[in-house]
Parts: sequence; structure tokens; C-alpha cells
Amino acid sequence: MEAAIETREAYWEGGRGPFGIGWSKLMMWLFIVTDGLVFAGFLAIYGFLRIASPNWPDRSHIFHLDFIALMTFTLITSSATMATAVGAARKGDRKTVGRFLALTIVGGAAFLGMQAYEWSSLIRAGATLEANPWGAPLFGACFFIITGFHGSHVLSGLIVLAITMARSAAGKSRPAGIELAGLYWHFVDLVWVFVFTLFYLI
Amino acid sequence: MAELAHGVHRPRSFIARYVFSTDHKVIGIQYMITAMFMAIAGGALAMIVRMQLAWPGEKWRLLGKMFPDGVEGDIMKPEFYLSLMTMHGTIMIFFVVSLALIGGFGNFLIPLQIGARDMAFPFLNMLSFWTIVPACLIMLGSFAVEGGAAQAGWTAYPPLSAVGAAVPGSQWGQTLWILGMALFIASFTMGGLNFVCTILDQRTKGMSLMRMPITIWTLFISSAIGLLAFPPLLAAAILLLFDRHFGTSFFLPSGLYFGNGLLPNSGGTPLLWQHLFWFLGHPEVYVLILPALGITLDMLPVFSRKPVFGYRLTVYCLYAIAALSMIVWGHHMYVSGMSPYIGEFFAIGTLSITVPSAIIGVNMIASLWGGSLRFPTPMLFTIGTIIMFGTGGFGGIFLGNATSDIQLHDTYFVVGHFHLMIGGVTLMAAFAGVYYWFPKMFGRMMNETLGKLHFWVTMPAFYVLFLAQHFQGLGGMPRRYFDFDKFEYLQKVAAANLHVSLTAFVLGAVQFVFLFNFFWSAFKGARSVKNPWCATTLEWTEASPAPHGNWGEQLPEVHRWPYDYSVPGAAEDFTPQTAPATVAPVTF
Amino acid sequence: MERRSGLILAIVIWLIGAGVVMMGARTWLPPLASEHGAGIDAMINFTMTATGGLILLGHIVLGLFVWKFSRQDKITFRLAGPRMERRWSLAVALLVAAIAEGGVLVIGLPVWAKVYDTASPANALIIEVTTEQFAWNVRYAGPDGVFGRADPKRYSLDNVLGQDPDDPAGRDDIVDLNMIHVEVNRPVLIRLRSKDVLHGFFLPHLRVKQDSVPGMKIDFWFVPNKTGSFELACAELCGLGHYEMRGVLVVMTPDEFRKWKEEKRNG
Ligand code: HEA
Ligand code: HEA
Ligand code: CUA
Ligand SMILES: [Cu+2]
Repeated sequence: MEAAIETREAYWEGGRGPFGIGWSKLMMWLFIVTDGLVFAGFLAIYGFLRIASPNWPDRSHIFHLDFIALMTFTLITSSATMATAVGAARKGDRKTVGRFLALTIVGGAAFLGMQAYEWSSLIRAGATLEANPWGAPLFGACFFIITGFHGSHVLSGLIVLAITMARSAAGKSRPAGIELAGLYWHFVDLVWVFVFTLFYLI
Repeated sequence: MAELAHGVHRPRSFIARYVFSTDHKVIGIQYMITAMFMAIAGGALAMIVRMQLAWPGEKWRLLGKMFPDGVEGDIMKPEFYLSLMTMHGTIMIFFVVSLALIGGFGNFLIPLQIGARDMAFPFLNMLSFWTIVPACLIMLGSFAVEGGAAQAGWTAYPPLSAVGAAVPGSQWGQTLWILGMALFIASFTMGGLNFVCTILDQRTKGMSLMRMPITIWTLFISSAIGLLAFPPLLAAAILLLFDRHFGTSFFLPSGLYFGNGLLPNSGGTPLLWQHLFWFLGHPEVYVLILPALGITLDMLPVFSRKPVFGYRLTVYCLYAIAALSMIVWGHHMYVSGMSPYIGEFFAIGTLSITVPSAIIGVNMIASLWGGSLRFPTPMLFTIGTIIMFGTGGFGGIFLGNATSDIQLHDTYFVVGHFHLMIGGVTLMAAFAGVYYWFPKMFGRMMNETLGKLHFWVTMPAFYVLFLAQHFQGLGGMPRRYFDFDKFEYLQKVAAANLHVSLTAFVLGAVQFVFLFNFFWSAFKGARSVKNPWCATTLEWTEASPAPHGNWGEQLPEVHRWPYDYSVPGAAEDFTPQTAPATVAPVTF
Repeated sequence: MERRSGLILAIVIWLIGAGVVMMGARTWLPPLASEHGAGIDAMINFTMTATGGLILLGHIVLGLFVWKFSRQDKITFRLAGPRMERRWSLAVALLVAAIAEGGVLVIGLPVWAKVYDTASPANALIIEVTTEQFAWNVRYAGPDGVFGRADPKRYSLDNVLGQDPDDPAGRDDIVDLNMIHVEVNRPVLIRLRSKDVLHGFFLPHLRVKQDSVPGMKIDFWFVPNKTGSFELACAELCGLGHYEMRGVLVVMTPDEFRKWKEEKRNG
């Protein structure tokens, strides 16, 4: 019994977590899980309401799938540029970091712009939170609230990226900080994949 | 080293030290005191509720002056009663017990008991507290807005909570309720993330998971349950806000008719809210009770001078309760119109949660076996916790059983059950904790005589008060009733209301003894020695009160579990966790 | 000092335990008036007896420990081995599981299944109850046995149920407010709807409770087996009049019921 405890102590250095990652990264992961659960809540509600509504609108009448595909492609590309920036940060290559962070921001902003365009064309077609011309009124509510919630995440991601870029340009940021921003950005993209699948593909 | 920076940096100005402090101990005490103020509010609401139930139709001069809308012509209106009871429940659960147990004890104890300098994210911690303050103000302030505070119960079931016309005259009360809850969730999420990270990552050398005090285990599991269950409620609350103000119909079906008009909504269902709410609401009750059980189990060894019984199994049972608590929410909805087949599933699941709970309960009693008991105030409250957990929990067996719940649902049986649990167990444990850790917080002891007086009135009064409500519930007395005059069959059971209320007034009054004792002792209490209870856990090896950035130069090193009392061959009957194996044998 | 505290505390714990059991031994449930209610009462009584026994045992044991171990200056037992811990926990687990799960599986769920999972007998009297703030609207199908069409679009102050005046099937429907008349020993099928918020259809004497939910039509049935008047209470918070949303279930002999129907149609 005693020996077992001594060995446990030997490997236990203290101050470092059982997963061997720093606490800021652990925190970001946990935050992502929590935030992901909010989205899960929204999407579960959406799924329930959609299944329960007999007259849910047919997606092909409403959305221009090529346009949405372009949107999705832009966002996913921005994930790739982000990954490059993180890799460069690890190597200490500040110039590349700056360049690819800028590209990521451009990609995110383009996505937001396209979303704004899509929203405005739907609104022009008569869709509101309360009603829409295609069927179950809840369609509009679900669409605007969920994509809006996702859009606000993209927006806050852009703010985080801008701050990171400024700090990196000033030579103040550490690779770990850029990695955290990257984690969040990948998460936002991943959520979009779910939103995309549930609204546009199924 | 990065952590040492906290230790070196000690803010000097009053504001940085006591108001916007990032020190976990200050934040913990801030939470605790906020909880006390909210308890005065929540308790006062309960007293007004009991006044109405004891003397229905009576004239209340003072209330009439304070709430001219709700108590018109000195006579209480039913709307006002509903506001009272809704806000009483909300405040007590979210802004008293959550704040005291999770915010208060969690912040105060976690770094001290695991040997960390502070929380992983001290700034976020401060932010979490300062998010809860506006939430409290919004909740309290909602009494002042036109139409009064929310009236839909703490469960806020739509359509009542979603349609303004369902509650004539109501304007902003329900909306403020939703906003306050959203802020609460934001604050809890920040705090919970911090707790989990700190416990996983900041333990000192030698503090392996299985050497943590059970209090830390329970706070860890509670935070984890909270982090899993709160986000869906946030989503639901946002949607409720949209239903209320922006014309969506997530929780509203077609064909709703109010006053003299049909509402345009269609497509939603009120049951959706109930599922989402209880998916949180049920785990929330375990979020609250687990730290209370943890405190109880940690108190028992100190005052019986022997290790706790069944440490390992208790930890496994905590995990089991956490897992099961996520899949039993439907037991609040047996007669809600949910499919009866799902009801059967939930009944079996719910009753399986009694097994780990009962193991923990028996471990508590068994911890006394063979000990050498002492009875200062914290121990008295600890014993009070055990009996309330037993009786309240056995009440849960009636309710978890779908068949008996048909009769008992929404009666005072439920009210009695949850007051014993969520009020009795958590508050008794919180009291025990305050009396016990007070010297650590302020370097002084609380007054024992006043403490004993507090216990000897509180425990029996609480028990009798809410036990009686079980029997009123069996007699068919529905809850959330303003008055019981309208029903003949209720006359006999409702007659007991007067006595129940008188007990409640005694109970409420004696809490001022506690509050007085707390604030008086903080300034005038007898100075305490470093380790007044001769306890083994880490916090007692540090000065009282501990300085910002605990532990000075050197972090403590842990060599044993926290329950090494009366170790054979040791010089004293307690061996601190920092004592190496050379001082006394390691026995677990 | 500790001895005296221990003894006092033990006595209080014993008194409380005895009090719980004495109170629990009394009859609290309203007198029974339905067939399936006997099953619910059996369930409650079983749980009452079993948990009452456990509560009594728990209080006795806790008091004993408190009293006995407050009298010793040195501990007499320290640490249980893993074997002992497991054995005790297993015993507790089995006991509680037997009472809680055993109770629900053996006594509870069969009753539940009879109430909810079986179709109502063919001779059931079908009654439509539509709740609103704060009243029970009751409708019978009349001699033709068919309910007339009703539609929320027609709701108005004079037409609370939104009945269609052009539907011949609806002409003989009987509409009533806050009074439900039924025959003794004949199954009653309630078809529950709500116009505005949630309400709860609660017949304490018949052990019947069912929420009414706007947007849903909920059917459930029961068999009243005693004549007399039984109060109907609203059990789900529905707003300021929740406490006065009272109805009455009148259980009559078949003859009386026939007469009542007659009168209702003529008058
Ligand atoms: C901290 C809070 C808390 C805790 C821990 C519990 C624990 C339990 N609850 Fe409770 N419950 C609430 C708070 C809590 N509850 C609240 C707030 C509500 C009402 C919400 C509302 O509608 O407003 C509620 C409502 C509620 C309902 C819904 C009733 C209804 O509306 O119809 C049900 C139904 O299943 C239920 C069941 C249970 C069960 C089976 C347990 C089990 O976990 C209990 C297990 C415990 C034991 C079995 C005891 C074991 C102890 C020993 C063995 C020691 C013995 C010692 C002695 C006797 C001295 N609860
Ligand atoms: C933690 C939860 C909690 C607590 C402690 C209480 C305490 C009390 N409650 Fe409450 N109650 C609820 C939660 C709680 N209640 C909930 C959730 C509801 C349901 C609402 C709904 O239906 O929507 C409810 C409903 C409710 C009703 C039913 C109303 C109805 O259905 O119509 C009644 C009626 O008697 C009542 C009475 C009381 C009384 C007399 C007390 C007394 O015990 C009050 C005396 C005061 C205290 C005991 C507080 C002392 C605390 C301190 C002094 C601070 C300590 C601080 C630290 C340790 C840091 N309550
Ligand atoms: Cu109708 Cu309560
Ligand atoms: Cu529950």
C-alpha cells in the first residue's frame, strides 16, 4: 500500500494537469464544449419543431445552394489559412502569421458579407421572424435566430482575430495565444458545418 | 514561475482589495454576503407568503404602503401572491443557495484545499461575481416595474410566461426574470469553467485526485453538471424572449385565445419548454445538493476524529448521481401530457438515482461509528443535514414513482420534499460550513452560544414546517394557491396552515441571530488560533485569514489523504496532509 | 459536555423519527372514489410503510450513534477496508433498490399501464373538457353520440367552444360550465383541451390528474365507483385565478343520469 502511494507521488509533479495541457487551453476546450452545447440546444429545438411541423418549407425553393456552397467554402478556407498562421506562429515566423491572419479575417468578413446578402434577399422575399411565404412560420424564426447566433460568433471571432493580429504585429503575442484564437475559429467553422447540413442539405 | 507572480503582487488600494478584487478568498466572501442579502429578500418573501396563507383576506397596513399595486387597499391580490412565490423560489435557488454553496464555498475553498495560489483565471472569477450583482439587482428590481414581478412560477412555463395577455397588467416582470436568468447562467458558466480548470490543473504536488477532500470532488462534479446543463437552458431562455417580444412561436401552438382574440402564433408546443427547462432544472438541484453533501462528509471526520466511511465509493456514487441526473428530467412531467411510455422509462431511471444517494447517506451515518464525537455548532448542523437528506430523499421515492406522482404532483407534498432537500440540506450544510470556516475567513470565531441557539431553533422548526407540508400534500392540497377557501375538501388540511405559518415565522426570525452573529463576530469575535478544529486539510496550514496569493514562497506538498485522524502511532489525533510519511504512517 | 449534547441531540432525533412515523400512520388521502385509485393508494401505502420503516430505522440508528459515540474519548474503530465498504454499500443498494425499483416495477407500473396504456372500454361516456382561464367548459355528444364540429377560429364570448352552428351533429350537444355529470361504475373518457395556458385536471378523490396543454388533445379515462359530488381542482399554475378554478364532478346512478340528461336537453 505504502509503496503504491510513493510511486504515485513520484510521477505526480503537481501544478500540471492530468491531460498535460496548459490551463488556458483546457479552458478554451471547456468553453467550446459549453458553447457547442448552446448550439446543440438550438439545433435540437430546430430539429424537433421541423419534424413536428407538417408544412415545413422545401429548402430547394428558398435557398440558392451554389451560393451557400460558396459561403461554406469561404469559411472552410479561412480555417485552413488559420491553421497555417498557427503553424507559422509555432516556428516564430511573424510575417507569415500576419499575412495568414489577415487572409483569415478577409475570409470571415466575406462570409459575414454573404450572410448579410442572403438575409436581405430572404427578408425581401417576405421572410420575417413571425412569418414567411413558404410554409411553417417557425422556419423564419429558426433560420434567423440560429444563423444569427452563428453569425454573432463569427463576428466575435473576427474581433478576436483582429486583436491577435495587432498584438502579433506589435510582437506581443505568444504562439499559445494564436493557437487559442485558432481553436475558437475552427470551432465556429465546425458549427457552421452542422448548421449548413441541417438547414441546407437535409 | 508564472504562478508566483500572484503571490508577489498584492494590491494596496481598498477598491482593488475588497471591491474589484481578483483574490479568490475575497470573491468567495463577496458571494457569501451577497447570498445573505438575497436570503433576507427571499426569506421575507416567504414570510409574506406564509402570512397570506395563515390569515387569508387579512388587511396588511405596512404591505399596502410598500406595494400599493400588489396590496390594494391593504388586501393582497392573487397576482401579487404569485409574484411573491415565483420570486421567492427563483431567488432562493439561484441567488441564495447557488451563490452561497458554489460561488461562496467554491471560490473560497478550492484553491485553499488543493494548494493553489488562486483560481486558474482570477480576472474571469471577478467578472463572474460582477455579472451576478446586476442579475440580483434585476431580479429584485422587477418588483418595482409596472405590473410587478414575474408570476409564472420559478419554472416559467409558457404560455403563461410567453404571452403578455395571459397575465393581465404584466409588463416587464417576466422579461426581467429571463434577463436575470441569462446573466446568472453567464456568471455560472464563467465560474464553472474556472472551477473545473483549477481543480484539474492547479493542484499542488502530491494532491492526486483521490487525495482531494470530498468537498472539492462535489464542487468539481457540480460545476461539470452545471456546464453541461446550463447551455440548453440559455438557448431556451433566448427563444422564450423571442416568443415574448418578437412574435415567434417556439413554445406557442395555434389556436391560443386570450381576452377576446385569437393569437396568430402556430407551430410550437409548451412541452418543448418543459423538457428544456427540466433538462437543466433537475441537474441544477444536484448541483446544489452535492456540495452540501461534500461539506457534510468533510465535517464528520473532523468532529468524530476518525476517517470518513467509504471515501472511494462515495466518489463513485457522485459520478453515478451526476450521470443519472442528466437523464431523469422527465419525472417532473409525468402528468404533463408527455407520452406515458416515456414516463415509465423516467420512473425507472429516477428511482435508480436513489441507490447512489442512499449509499452516500449511509456512509454519512457510518462515519460516526466508533468515533469520538464533539458537538460544536458546525457538527450540530451536520447532523441536521443528515436527517433532512434522509427524510427529504425518501419523499423523492414517492414522487419518482410515476404512479404515486399522479396524486402527489403539484401538491404541497412536492413543496415539502424540495424544501427539505433544497432548503434544508443545502442551508444546514451552508450553515455548518460558515461556522466551520469562519475562522479561516476572518481570523475570528463565531459565537458558540448564539450558534447553538440558531441550531436548536432552526433545525426542528425547519423539519416540522416542511414535514407538515408533506401531509397537507397527501390530503390533496395544490401548490401555488393564493387561498384554500374555495374548496370544501381542503378545509381540514388547510386548517394546519396557521400552525405551519407560525413555525415559519419563528424560523425566519431566528435567522437574524445568525446574521447578527456573522457580522458581529467578523469584527468582534474571539481571535482564533491557526487550526481551531485540529483539522488535517491544507487550508488550516495557512495563516487565517490567508494573504492574497496563498502559501507565501513555497507551495505546500501533500503526502496523504485528507482524513488521517487518529492515525495509530501518531503523536496527535490528526495528521495534516502536508505531514510526510516519516511523521506518521500513511494509511490509505 | 459532549455527552450531554450527544444525549439531547439523540433524544431530539428519536422524537422527530417517532413523530414522522406517527404522522405518517394517519389517513391523509381524501376518501377514494374510483376504480384505478385503489392501485395508486396501494402504491402510496406501500412506499409509506417501507420508507416509514427506513426513516424510523435511520433516526433510531443515527440517534444511537450520536448518543453512544459522544461518550467515548478515544475512537474504537478507524478505517473500513475496501471489502467492508463494498459489502455495506451492496446491502444498502439492494435494500433501497428493492423498495424503490421493486415498488415501481411490481405495484406501480402495472397500475400506470392500466391507466395510460389501455384503450378505454367501448361503453365509456365521452366528455370533452376544454379549459380556459379560469373555467372548465364541458361538452357531451348528445343522443347521436357525435360531437359537432368546433374550431378555434369561431371562439367568441358567446361561443366559448367555437362550435359550428351549421353542423347538424352539434345541435344536440350538451354544453355545461364547471359541472361534470357522470354515471357511477361506467367508464368516463375525458378529452382534454386548453384554449389558453396550461391547466391541471385534478380530481383528488378519484386520484386523477392530467395537465391540459394548448395545442394538444389528451384522452384519458377512469371509472368512478361512488356516487356523490367530488371537487375538481386546477393543479397547474394558470394565472391569478388558479386558486379559484373549481369544478364539480357529480357521480349519479344511471337513472338519475338519464333524468339529468333529459332535463338538460329540454331546459
Ligand atoms: C437539492 C434538491 C433536490 C434533491 C437532492 C432531490 C432529490 C430527489 N428528488 Fe426532488 N425536487 C427538488 C429538489 C431536489 N430533489 C425540487 C426543487 C423539486 C420541485 C420543482 C418544482 O416543481 O418546483 C423536486 C421535485 C421532484 C419530483 C417532481 C415532483 C412533481 O412535481 O410531481 C420528483 C419526481 O420524481 C423528485 C424526485 C426526487 C428523487 C427520487 C430524489 C433522490 O435523489 C433522492 C435520493 C435520496 C435518498 C433516497 C435518501 C437516502 C438517505 C439515506 C439512506 C439516509 C437515511 C438517514 C436517515 C433517515 C436519518 N423530485
Ligand atoms: C433554497 C430554496 C428555498 C428555501 C431556503 C426556501 C425557504 C422557505 N420557503 Fe420556499 N420555495 C422554494 C425554495 C426555497 N424556499 C421554491 C423553489 C419554491 C417554489 C416556487 C414556485 O412554485 O414557483 C418555494 C415555494 C414555497 C412555498 C409554496 C408557495 C406556493 O406554492 O403557493 C412556501 C409556502 O409555505 C414556501 C415557504 C418557505 C419558507 C417558510 C421558507 C423558510 O425556510 C424561509 C426562512 C429563511 C431562511 C431559512 C433563510 C436563511 C438563510 C440565511 C440567513 C442565509 C444563509 C447564508 C449563508 C449560509 C451564506 N416556499
Ligand atoms: Cu387553471 Cu390553474
Ligand atoms: Cu428532478
